[in-house]
Amino acid sequence: MTPSELMQYLLFSAMLFVLGLFGALTRRNTVIVLLSIELMLNAANINLVALSRFLPGGAENARLPHPSLAGDFSATLGQTVALFTIAVAAAEVAVGLAALIAFYRLKASPNVDEMDSLKR
Amino acid sequence: MTNAIASWLPWAVVLPPLVSFLLLTALGSKIRKAAGWIGSLATLISLIFAFRALTAVSGGATLVADPLLLLSYGDVEVAFGADVSPLSAIMLVVVAGVSFLVHVYSIGYMAKDPRIAVYFQYLSLFTLAMLGLVVSTNWVELYVFWELVGAASFLLIGFDYMRPAARAAAFKAFIVTRIGDIGLFAAMILAFAQTKSLAIADTFQAVQSGALAPNVVTGLALLIFLAAVGKSGQFPLHVWLPDAMEGPTPVSALIHAATMVAAGVYLVAFTYPIFAQSPSAQFVVATIGAFTAIFAATMALVQTDIKRVLAYSTVSQLGYMMLALGAGSVGAAIFHLTTHAFFKALLFLAAGAVIHAVGTNDITVMGGLAKKMPVTAAWFVIAAAALVGLPPLAGFFSKDAVLASTVPGYPAHFTAAVLTVLLTAAYMGRVLWLVFFGEARDAGRHAAAHEAPLVMRAPMHVLGVLVLVAGAFTAPWTGPIGRVFGALGEVAHAPLWMAGLTTALGLLGLGFSFLCVRGAIPCPLGDPTRAAYRLLEERYYIDWFYERAVGGAAALFGRFAEAVDRLVIDGLWRGIADALIVSGERADAAGGGQIQRYNAVALFALVVMLVVFALSMKGV
Repeated sequence: MTPSELMQYLLFSAMLFVLGLFGALTRRNTVIVLLSIELMLNAANINLVALSRFLPGGAENARLPHPSLAGDFSATLGQTVALFTIAVAAAEVAVGLAALIAFYRLKASPNVDEMDSLKR
Repeated sequence: MTNAIASWLPWAVVLPPLVSFLLLTALGSKIRKAAGWIGSLATLISLIFAFRALTAVSGGATLVADPLLLLSYGDVEVAFGADVSPLSAIMLVVVAGVSFLVHVYSIGYMAKDPRIAVYFQYLSLFTLAMLGLVVSTNWVELYVFWELVGAASFLLIGFDYMRPAARAAAFKAFIVTRIGDIGLFAAMILAFAQTKSLAIADTFQAVQSGALAPNVVTGLALLIFLAAVGKSGQFPLHVWLPDAMEGPTPVSALIHAATMVAAGVYLVAFTYPIFAQSPSAQFVVATIGAFTAIFAATMALVQTDIKRVLAYSTVSQLGYMMLALGAGSVGAAIFHLTTHAFFKALLFLAAGAVIHAVGTNDITVMGGLAKKMPVTAAWFVIAAAALVGLPPLAGFFSKDAVLASTVPGYPAHFTAAVLTVLLTAAYMGRVLWLVFFGEARDAGRHAAAHEAPLVMRAPMHVLGVLVLVAGAFTAPWTGPIGRVFGALGEVAHAPLWMAGLTTALGLLGLGFSFLCVRGAIPCPLGDPTRAAYRLLEERYYIDWFYERAVGGAAALFGRFAEAVDRLVIDGLWRGIADALIVSGERADAAGGGQIQRYNAVALFALVVMLVVFALSMKGV
């Protein structure tokens, strides 16, 4: 993977993030909003995994025009952080869905724009 | 005179009233009975030291006490010093003497007042302020004591603060004299700006050496005179003095004889080196003085309150003193101030005894009191004769000295002053005949009248003797007293024709008022419905003008300023505050609990911050 190929990953990640952001800001259904947030988290995961290959000690580090040799990062650092993110995302979805179910029982609606009890 | 005595003697005159003031402030009501004696003793000590100072300076020397350095700022020093010149020595003796007698008299007069300790506390403060004023060497020191005199008189005039009239009179006195005080303050600033020194001696030196421009000297003199006009009740700031009669009668005696009103005359006499360099300022002083003399005398003609008649006569006599100062004779002015202090204090103390006896101030309900109170009546008659200027009493000599001083150069002023003699005789005669002679008009009051107790009679005896002999004070054979008056400059002696003229006019006025009161001849001012009577009764509508026109205009301007403050200045800040509150509420309502809108705003803000960051990093 060359640095120019890396750009494809980054662009893909950016598109995914913007799609997620758009969905999180515009959709009324809370389930869709939660899904969109997942999209944004995963866009970040792709960034992490792609970039980690270019860290010192990573597989593609030597391909850089000016390879950095300082430090001794493991090639798997980005992947580890991505795993953490997936775990956090799972927990977040679990809490989010539980809150949604509680909310649904209260208001009989899944819509995020009706979640304004603290202001009313 | 050795320096050792000079260094402490002036302070020994000034400080006893301070001690008694502090003592009475601290002990207050615990020593009700002793309060009067403490105050009297303190002023007696002052009086003894004042006599010692008088003999020390009778040769014309000046005692210079060690100053208390209070402030030093760069090159500017504000030192509270104490100098006793022949002029201030006379003032010290007069002030301490009259104050002592008033203290003793007050022990009897105020005996039944529950706030007697507070009364003597104020009286001590008043005496302290006046003595301090007289020995001042520094503009700041002078101003401090000047204001203390005003503050103490405010407290004493409003002593009976439960009565609205007394409160109003105290306010009036304070506000009107405050107009004059602005003059003294401005004079102090002007003197400092010109000489870079606050010592009065430096100002005199600059004036005499010609270092100051003539216009500056005239301005300085007129500003000082404005202060004197306020304190000494000269036209057009005379309105407070008759109202000051609301205070206890001994206070009136003190204010009118020795302290408050004498302060203005003393100030002009003290700063005479400045006036001497400005003929136009002298002319203003003489003109205001002569006008006030005759103007106040006319108002005294129709008053029915015995103290108000005396108050207007004080204004009139102060006009004489100013006239003498304007005419260039400090000696005549201070001579008249001294004799006036004696006979006016005696008049007020005798009037106080009368008021004490009959319980009213209204002369139209008195009458025939000479039989009931022969001692008081005798002293009142003698003091009145001195005020009119009949020989051989004190007022005769001092008044003729004032008149004689105006002969060179001031013919119009002389005429006004001579006419005032006739008016003075007429209004004093009216009081005499109405109060002490003729039939009793109120049988009940007349029956209850009695002679005052000894503690009130004794000060009257002392003052009475002084009224009899003070006319000789300028004569060389009186020893130190004569020498100290001589040090003020030559006092003009009236020629025989002038003495005859004033005596004749005085007798004419007394006789005329006698016939008027008896109803033998129709009085020009006997009819209260006549326009002239109304005009005098309403005091030329000057008080009315001040209250309605000046006070009204001030109130109107106050309302205007209040409206500007409320609408424009407050409005501006309220507008800004309201705009912030409204915009906050709008922003708050824009969210409305919608999490997605919050996020959108946060995103937008992030974008803005990134753009700003990117733009600001561009040059790096």
